[in-house]
Amino acid sequence: MDNLIILAVLISCGYFFGRHAEKKHYRSIVERENALISLPITSSRHVMILREIDSSRLVLGGVVISVDYFKRILAGLRNIFGGNVRSYETLLDRARREAVLRLRESCLDADEIINLRIETSSISKGGDSKIGCVEVLAYATAIYYKK
Amino acid sequence: MDITNTETFPGKTIIASHGVVSGSTVRAKHAGRDIMASIKNVFGGELKGYTELLEESRNEALERMQNQAKQMGANAIINVRFSTSSVAAGASEIYVYGTAVTVE
Repeated sequence: MDNLIILAVLISCGYFFGRHAEKKHYRSIVERENALISLPITSSRHVMILREIDSSRLVLGGVVISVDYFKRILAGLRNIFGGNVRSYETLLDRARREAVLRLRESCLDADEIINLRIETSSISKGGDSKIGCVEVLAYATAIYYKK
Repeated sequence: MDITNTETFPGKTIIASHGVVSGSTVRAKHAGRDIMASIKNVFGGELKGYTELLEESRNEALERMQNQAKQMGANAIINVRFSTSSVAAGASEIYVYGTAVTVE
């Protein structure tokens, strides 16, 4: 009985706090993406606009985001029935967008960002602590034009 | 030292290539951070402790790669790639590699 109560508390905590945190995070992501719209970013290897280039450097952005308890239970149920694990899709989407945003925020003075690469891994794979979190690392080259 | 992850060095000409350089670090998670992370695991959200850990270890790996390039007499590294993997439970590895070159 006690275990059931603990489980119910964990699930409801995860549901309410997790949903709130996700909404808040998405709001901040959209806001910051709109603010950065003037800084072009591409995953192609060459510069988009032919201009004389002054310098270039490596820029990085990384984040580790954890899933909440409610979603973990949902994903566990999905494992039985099969299908899209939507609760993890939003987690990965948030993590990647956040990592790219941090990368762009680290070089606001650049004119262009090229060759964006995104690396994803889960820290706790195979661990007995069973911490469900993803780690995303985004890296790219920032280009500065000759003024 | 200048680093890019493109095949060329935009804005500069490459005059010599010195071969592949790499750097790696394996970091174990901190017990305190682990407890915080399991609490965060109920509520969801960013694990700041782990983000910091990731940042520290990738800077360390980058530094090791740069030291290697310096020893070769290079002044830039191009075509840098990162790769992360979890070696054992609770430890994560960051591996970074690239090509050491001399630019004008």
